[in-house]
Amino acid sequence: MTEDKKDPGVVFLKEINEPEEKPKKSFLGKAGIPLLSIFTGLVIGAILIAATSSTVWTAFGQGFGKGLAEAWREIITAYKALFTGSLGDPARMIRSLSSGDAVEIRRAFNPILESLVQSTPYIFAGLAVALGFRSGLFNIGVEGQLFIGAAAATYVGYAIKGLPVYIHMPLAFLAGAAGGAIWGFIPGFLKAKTGGHEVINTIMMNWIAFRLTEWLLSGPMTRPGSGGLPLSPMIEDSAKIPQFFASPIRFHLGFFIALIVAFLVWWLLFKTTWGMNLRTVGTNPRAAKYAGLDTGKSIMLAMTLSGALAGMAGAVQVLAVNHSMALGLSSGYGFDSIALALIGNNHPLGVVLSSLLFGTLRNGATRMMVVSSIPIDIVDVIQAIILMLVAAPAIIRSIYRLRKPKQEEPQVFLSGWGGQS
Amino acid sequence: MTPILELKGITKRFPGVLANDHIDLTLNKGEILALLGENGAGKSTLMNILYGLYQPDEGEIFINGEKVTINSPTDAIHQGIGMVHQHFMLIPVFTVTENVMLGNESVKKLGFLDRAAAAKRIREISDQFNLAVDPDNYIRDIPVGVQQRVEIIKLLYRDAEILIFDEPTAVLTPQEADELFKIMHLLVEEGKSIIFITHKLREVLDISDRVMVIRRGAVVGEVLPENADQNSLAAMMVGREVDLEVEKIESHPGKVVLSIENLTVVDKFDEIQVENVSLEVREGEIVGVAGVQGNGQSELVYALTGLLKHQSGKISMLGQSIDKFTPRQITELGSAHIPEDRQLDGLVLPFSVAENLVLCTYYQEPFSKGVILQFPVIMENAKKLIENFDIRTPSAVTPVGSLSGGNQQKVIIARELSRPIKFLVASQPTRGLDVGSIEYIHKRLVEKRDEGAGVLLVSPELDEVMKLSDRIAVMFRGELIAVVENKGISKETIGLLMAGIVPDEISPADSSTVAETTL
Repeated sequence: MTEDKKDPGVVFLKEINEPEEKPKKSFLGKAGIPLLSIFTGLVIGAILIAATSSTVWTAFGQGFGKGLAEAWREIITAYKALFTGSLGDPARMIRSLSSGDAVEIRRAFNPILESLVQSTPYIFAGLAVALGFRSGLFNIGVEGQLFIGAAAATYVGYAIKGLPVYIHMPLAFLAGAAGGAIWGFIPGFLKAKTGGHEVINTIMMNWIAFRLTEWLLSGPMTRPGSGGLPLSPMIEDSAKIPQFFASPIRFHLGFFIALIVAFLVWWLLFKTTWGMNLRTVGTNPRAAKYAGLDTGKSIMLAMTLSGALAGMAGAVQVLAVNHSMALGLSSGYGFDSIALALIGNNHPLGVVLSSLLFGTLRNGATRMMVVSSIPIDIVDVIQAIILMLVAAPAIIRSIYRLRKPKQEEPQVFLSGWGGQS
Repeated sequence: MTPILELKGITKRFPGVLANDHIDLTLNKGEILALLGENGAGKSTLMNILYGLYQPDEGEIFINGEKVTINSPTDAIHQGIGMVHQHFMLIPVFTVTENVMLGNESVKKLGFLDRAAAAKRIREISDQFNLAVDPDNYIRDIPVGVQQRVEIIKLLYRDAEILIFDEPTAVLTPQEADELFKIMHLLVEEGKSIIFITHKLREVLDISDRVMVIRRGAVVGEVLPENADQNSLAAMMVGREVDLEVEKIESHPGKVVLSIENLTVVDKFDEIQVENVSLEVREGEIVGVAGVQGNGQSELVYALTGLLKHQSGKISMLGQSIDKFTPRQITELGSAHIPEDRQLDGLVLPFSVAENLVLCTYYQEPFSKGVILQFPVIMENAKKLIENFDIRTPSAVTPVGSLSGGNQQKVIIARELSRPIKFLVASQPTRGLDVGSIEYIHKRLVEKRDEGAGVLLVSPELDEVMKLSDRIAVMFRGELIAVVENKGISKETIGLLMAGIVPDEISPADSSTVAETTL
C-alpha cells in the first residue's frame, strides 16, 4: 500500500475507483474551463473598459445612474466594434447576400475572413508548442524558429527564379519548415546529449535568431535600394501562397494548409508509433526508458518537428500575407502560442480553436480601437486574463462553484521542467 | 468502563460508491485495535473521517462517552487524536525539534522560538517511551525507522491519547518493525490507545489485542487474535478462501539463461552499489534475491535490464553477451522486467490500459504497420489480456491511473508475461498489494517458471522470497554473501545473512556459490 495515502484526494480516488469507473468526461466538461475563462476574461475586460474611460467618470460625476448608463453604453460600443470588426456585421452580411452584389458580399464577409488570416500563424505556432508539451518539452523558442523559418522561406522565395508555382511555392514553404527545424533541432540535440535545459537554450536561440535575421535583412538579404533598412526583396509571384479574393481581402490558402497540418500533427501524435514514442517520453520518461524507448532520440525528434511547425508559421506570413520579410514580421506569435497551446490543452483541435479565438480577438481589436477610443492594449489584457484563468483552473472553479474533476488535470506541460533526459 | 472512542453507524457515500456502510467501532483505553482490510475496503475513508478530513453522511463519534464533531485535523488533534501517516510529513532540512514544533511552536518573549524548551520536552517523551530520538538531529540524517518515531513524538508532544498508525511497517525493515511493535506495546502500557491499520496478517496476529475486519465498506467481523490464524483472517478480508501457501512442484532447472560474472556497478554518484557479484539463473527455476532494501538489489536489476551500464564484469543472457545492449535489445532477446515502482517506472498513468499493454511492443507487428499504429489489433490484444489476466477495468480505454494498485500491477504482469519470454526479472512484484492480488501474482510467477522461464525475483519481503524461490541469493552491501538452496533453510538463517552475518551452518560446501566475502 505504498502508493496509497499520498493525500486524501488520492486515497479518495483509489477508494471510489475500485472497481467502478468515473463517468466519461463530456465535451462540455473538457471545454468548460476554457469557455468560462473566455467569458470571465470578457467580463473583466468590460469592467476595465468602463473604468478607464474618461466619459464614464464624467458621467458618474453627474450621478450614479448616469454613470452606469454611460459605462454600459461604452462597453456595448467597444464589444460591438470588437465583434463586428472580427466576425462581421450580421445585418450587413444578410443585406449583401440578398442584394447579390459580389463586391458587397466580399466586403461584408471580409472581417471574418481577415480573422482567419490572423489565426493562421497562430495555428502553426500553437501546434509547435503543443507538440513540444506533448513530448515533455517546453519550447519557448518558437519565436526564434519562426524568424529563421521566415528568412529561409523568403530567401527561396526571391532568390530562385523561373520555377512554376506548384514547385516554387511548396519549396519555399518547406524551406521555411526546414529553417525552423534546424533551429529547433539544436536545443533538442543539446538536451539529449548534454542535458542542457531546453527552456534556457531555446530562449538563447531566440536572441541569436533575432540578431541573425536582422543582419541578414540589412546585409546579404537586403532589398536593393532600401538603403540598408532591414527589409528583404519582394518574393517572386511563383512563390506566393495564393489569396482567394481581390485585394484588400487577404484570405489565403495558408489557412487550409494550417488545418491540414493540424490534422497531420494529430495523426502523428495519436496514430503512429512516432507519436506513441513522443507521448510516452513526454508523459513519463522513466517508464519510457524502462520500456526500452530511446528518450534522447525522442527529444531531438520532438524539437525538430516543433521547430518545423514554428518555421511554417513564419513562412506562411511571408509567402501569403507580407510577400517580403521585415523585422516587424511577428507580433509575438511565438510567445502567444504558449498560451494558445495551454488553452487548447495541447491538443491539435484545441489549438485550432484557441487560435481562431486569438486571431478573432486580434482582428476585432483593431476595429475597436478605431470606432471607440479603447486602446488596442485592452485586448492584450483580456488575453492575459483568459490565459491566467486557464492556467489556474481553481480560480474558475471557485468563481462558478464547479466541482473538482475526479481525475487529475492533465498537466503534461509540467514534465518539461523536470529536467529528465 | 466507557470506551475512549466509539464510532456509531458511520456512513460515507461518494458518487456511486458506498465507502463506509454503517460502521461501528469501539476502542478501549490501553488497547491495540487492528483494522484489517484490502486496499479500497474503506479503512482510509474511515480514518480520514476520524481525523476530520471527511465529514460522515451519517453516524456519530463519541470520545470518552461525549459526542463530538470533528471538522478538521486541528479539531482531531484537539480531541487527542493523532495519526502517523504512511508517508511522513517531515521536513528533511529541519531538525527533529523544529519538525515537532511546527504548528505548535513554543515561544519566548517577543515571539522568538524557544527551541530549548521544546527539545527538553522531546527528550522527556523520548525517554519515557524509549524512542531514542535526539532532538538536535536533522531529519535527512536519520534512518526511516527513527523518522517514524519522530512522527510518533509529534503526536505525543500534542498530548494525543488515540494514535492511528496507517500501514506503519510498509517502509520498515523487519528489525525496525520489531522495534516499532515494542514501542507500540509501551505506548499502550502507558495508557495510550492505538488503532493499527494494515493488511499484513502476521503483524495483526503478533501485536493486536482485537482485530476488526472491513470489506467493501462494511464491518465483516471482529475477532481476537488468539482465536484466529492467517488463513481465517485472509478469508474474512477477501471474502473467500485464500491460498497463502504457493503450491509448487519440484523445479527442473535446465539451461543457463542468465549468467553474471564478477559484476560491479557504480551509481551516478560514483558509489559502488554492486560489487563483484556472480550468479546464474537457469530455465525453470526461481532465484530469489533477499536483502534489506538499499543493498544493491535495485542497481543489480538496472544492470541486468540495460538501464545502467556496469563498470566491470560480464552479463550474458540466453547465451549472448548483453554488456553493450540497450534496454530494448535486451527485451527483444526474450526477457521481461517487472519494475519495482509500477507507477513511476512501469506505467504511463494517463495512457489507456490498451496503450500500456503494448508499451514495450507497440512498434512491432502486428501492433503497427510501418509507423502506423494498428488500433484494432491493440484493442483486441487488450481485451484478450484483460480477460486472461483478470484485470478489473471498466474498459480497455480507461486511463491506467484510475485503476487500483493491484490492477495496475496486473497490467504490467500481463504485458510482461504475455510475451514469449525465457527470462524474467521481477522486482518487488507484490509491493503494496493486497492478499488477493499477491496470491494471484505469485501463482503467475510460478506458472512462468513451470513453463520453463528463468525467474530472478528481487524482494525485500523475506516471506515472499522464501515462499517462491528455488534458490536464495542474499545481498549485503552490494555483495552476494551467499547463494543457498531453499530447502530446509530457516528464516532466521536468511535473516542473519541479510544482516551480513554468515552462520556456521552455511559453509561454502553447502551453497552452490559463495562469493568472496570481506566479513
